[in-house]
Amino acid sequence: MTANGWEPVVGLEIHVQLKTRTKMFCRCESVWTEAGLENRRTCPVCLAHPGALPVPNRQAIEWTIKLGLALGCEVAPRALFHRKNYFYPDLPKGYQISQYDVPLASGGRVVVPTAGGDRAVGIVRAHLEEDAAKTIHVGGAAGRIAGAAHSLVDFNRGGTPLVEIVTEPDIRSPEEARDFLRLLRQTVVELGISDAEMEKGSLRCDANVSVRRAGEAAYRTKTELKNMNSFKFVADGIAAEVARQVEAYESGIEVVQETLHFDPGSGRLSPLRTKEEAHDYRYFPEPDLVPVEPSAELVERLAEELPELPGARIRRFESEYGLAFYDAEVLNGSRELAALFERVVLSGADAKAAVNVLMNQFAAAGVEPAATNPEELAKLIAERDRIPRGTFAEALRASGDPDFSAERYLAEAAISDESELDPVIERILAANESQVEAYRAGKEGLLGFFVGQVMRETQGKANPKIVNERLRERLRA
Amino acid sequence: MLHRGVPLGGNGLVIDTLRLTAEDAAGLLGRGDVSPAELADAYRAAIAERDDELHCYLHVAAENETANGPGTGVPIALKDVITTKGVPTTAGSLILEGYVPVFDSTVASRCGDAGLPLLGKTNLDEFAMGSSTENSGYGPTRNPWDPERVPGGSSGGSAAAVAAGLAPWALGTDTGGSVKQPASLCGVVGLRPTYGTVSRYGIVAFASSLDQVGPLTKTVRDCARLYEIVAGRDRCDATTVELPTPVEIPEAETLDGVRIGVPSELNEAEGIEPGVTARVQAAIRLAEDLGATVGETSLPRSVEYGLPCYYLIAPAEASSNLARYDGVRYGHRAAVDGDLTELYERTRWEGFGAEPKRRIMLGTYALSAGYYEAYYGQAQRVRTVIKEEFATAFEDFDVLVGPTSPTVAFRLGERAENPLAMYLSDVLTIPPNMAGLPGLSIPCGLSDELPVGLQLIGPQFSENLLFRVGHALERALAFDYVPGRLR
Amino acid sequence: MAITRDDVLHVARLARLAIPEDEIERVRDELGAILEAVGKVRELDLANVEPTSHPLDVVNVWGEDEPRPSLPREDALANAPDPADGAFRVPAVG
Ligand SMILES: [Mg+2]
Ligand SMILES: [Zn+2]
Repeated sequence: MTANGWEPVVGLEIHVQLKTRTKMFCRCESVWTEAGLENRRTCPVCLAHPGALPVPNRQAIEWTIKLGLALGCEVAPRALFHRKNYFYPDLPKGYQISQYDVPLASGGRVVVPTAGGDRAVGIVRAHLEEDAAKTIHVGGAAGRIAGAAHSLVDFNRGGTPLVEIVTEPDIRSPEEARDFLRLLRQTVVELGISDAEMEKGSLRCDANVSVRRAGEAAYRTKTELKNMNSFKFVADGIAAEVARQVEAYESGIEVVQETLHFDPGSGRLSPLRTKEEAHDYRYFPEPDLVPVEPSAELVERLAEELPELPGARIRRFESEYGLAFYDAEVLNGSRELAALFERVVLSGADAKAAVNVLMNQFAAAGVEPAATNPEELAKLIAERDRIPRGTFAEALRASGDPDFSAERYLAEAAISDESELDPVIERILAANESQVEAYRAGKEGLLGFFVGQVMRETQGKANPKIVNERLRERLRA
Repeated sequence: MLHRGVPLGGNGLVIDTLRLTAEDAAGLLGRGDVSPAELADAYRAAIAERDDELHCYLHVAAENETANGPGTGVPIALKDVITTKGVPTTAGSLILEGYVPVFDSTVASRCGDAGLPLLGKTNLDEFAMGSSTENSGYGPTRNPWDPERVPGGSSGGSAAAVAAGLAPWALGTDTGGSVKQPASLCGVVGLRPTYGTVSRYGIVAFASSLDQVGPLTKTVRDCARLYEIVAGRDRCDATTVELPTPVEIPEAETLDGVRIGVPSELNEAEGIEPGVTARVQAAIRLAEDLGATVGETSLPRSVEYGLPCYYLIAPAEASSNLARYDGVRYGHRAAVDGDLTELYERTRWEGFGAEPKRRIMLGTYALSAGYYEAYYGQAQRVRTVIKEEFATAFEDFDVLVGPTSPTVAFRLGERAENPLAMYLSDVLTIPPNMAGLPGLSIPCGLSDELPVGLQLIGPQFSENLLFRVGHALERALAFDYVPGRLR
Repeated sequence: MAITRDDVLHVARLARLAIPEDEIERVRDELGAILEAVGKVRELDLANVEPTSHPLDVVNVWGEDEPRPSLPREDALANAPDPADGAFRVPAVG
């Protein structure tokens, strides 16, 4: 709920690029374009040469069903591909093969755990379609010389598989939109079906935004925000649009249905140039393809393959390990980290200590969670309060080694050898003559000062117990 | 068989391409009587002699090549919607003038695998839209029986080439009747196979749920042989299937046990010429003499509603299939200084002829918001009705018969200015096509010195039965397929 | 449903056809006549009939996710009216 009793109403439309090896309807390799590679991953099908025909990618169909199941959707017993007709240079056939009235998956529900409780977001549909090619604008900048401005089309990306996910308008704040999108991203990454990187475009999000008075049942006019390419921009863009609409209504201005572009730099929203005619995509069943009828066995197998999903895992971590929501959420930002956490705790580490270490220090150590031996890590965490911080940090860094043993590492790491420590102690005593005198005169509290100096000199590696003993001995003399 | 035509050096053999069937030609090759090059040269000589007048070919291949190397078999002509790597493929449209494909269609490649050298690419109505070959962007083809008349269409170039001895056999495509109808008008055999049995990969698309490649030949046995070469599942065409039974080359000359149904609507439709009815009825009586049982049946709504149904579905699919011709990746591009929209609109207006533009607009309208249910959606339901009516008829009969075309070949220009009159040319071939059924047209005699075609329709995958019935009738009818004026 | 001049313009626009002013009436007449003829399908009451979008009863045809060679770029661009820098050049997109 925002100021003055206005409530945002938001639905998201998300495109997830599947990381299949080949494209959706041809067997060209699916690659990101790099300079020099333009139009080297094309064929008669993805260039729409006369007579070329699409053949669907089985992996993409299965992954879409799997994602649908993960989003709590029903899988259609008989799904169709449709043609969506419009002209654009990045669409070589003049139509996009997509899905229309019978998508592969529909009617789902995703529970987004938040600090304030669960938020359910309805999923209208998840359907499979092909991506457009890439158009690069060249030349003709400010001068506007006739004919100077043109675009170059690279068909490498054209035809890669996309899953389009449409939510119900169940989202009530910019933060909820961001949290839902993060959870969705986490889900597809954990399913292993997409890299889902917003800045690279393998995860794209549009938002339909409207506002209404608290208690109003009907929806008001919505606007569409296009392609906000980070989680933050999604939240910022929606916030800006909600504010704009509220202000409009309060000034007695009606909101008009339009498509807007959010400029994260200025925070401003500008209408995208509207096409001269209303869209009329003339959808009809794709006659070059036959229906998809996922068998009960297939759907069952895919359902069995589903891992525990991140949303459920967050709640389980809270209840099972007594973690705070924030900790459970951050820890579950990576399935590998979450899994390591569980194994470390299972190996005897204290859950709170394990969370602290994994969230605050482990990532900084740059070790692959999957490479780490949880039992050894548990032992290391148990020793954490008894060893120097520097040694602990280094031990964490070393913990990715398959032969890592906490006990052996700590034993080897600590400088306990008196012959190594004594020269350091001598140096420090020599450099601090007045403090030595003061100590000997009875200011025994200065012992800590000397210990600190030695630890600093040895970069924390010295065994503090031995340092204490040796210092006392030498100062007595 | 070998009494006139091109004399071959040495052995005194003369190849009469007007008479020679593909089977005969294969025999000559097999016995070593002629070389593949000599055989193809005989056809090239015939083309040089007669194609200036008939204009069957848009492109004549110079070398004796197949899609995959030197040809050792009986040469073939391909309708110019069949994509051939390195050989111009225009679909009869100026929008594809100069387009040279970088890949082969599956049928071209299967012909190559079978060793069939490519004679050339044959003329057609632009994008296979038409029934007379007058809609070609490159000028009409003429009927070998009477050059003042059309060969039918849209595979008119292929049908006329086979009739005129300019190819031993040829492939065409049939959407609403584009193999069967020109076969009928040119006095040759034409098969429209069961939808899905021949790959459409590399066939310039007109209406995807209807397009099928089919042979045009002098005999039913040749037709079966060519069908055998091209048919079968193709992993590049998701709508293809494996043949449930292998192709059988027909031998039997009787029709014992075959139940032939005569649908009244298909045989009594308005506009069927009396001469056509007479020849068809004579052929049906002959079938009875050969041992078939003949009975009347009915397709109450298929004939009446088939044509309007077709002229919604085919243009709707065409409007989408022809969207790719935008001047960006291949083909004609208008010289335009303006923006992208202007480039698209001018390129397409200039590049397409009148009939494709008419159908694109019709189909766009039928699919557009507010009209979809009334037109396209309703047509799809009519299609279901047609399927069911045929299924009912096939409960009592093995094969249905009637005329292929209501008329014999008509004069050039006679229907060119009236699209609706032209559309009626396919009124009898369209109904089975809407149901995905195979249809075989065989010549069954002459009316006014022009050939009449008999259409045999069977259930899906009944090609072998159609070949059997067609072959037995062909033998009994003893039709002379050499055009009278060329004998 | 008589077809109007605006319908013709709308359809030509959707189909990206630059119909010249002096052809609009002719096209309207032609399309009107054809639409009247094909509109015959609407006589039938088929509310309870399922639509047929495909003549064959085949389902689940797909290919495995295994790459096959793409075209050499020279081939991809071989028929392009205006190739540039390894790509297809078009007038500026909006
Ligand atoms: Mg989409
Ligand atoms: Zn490709």
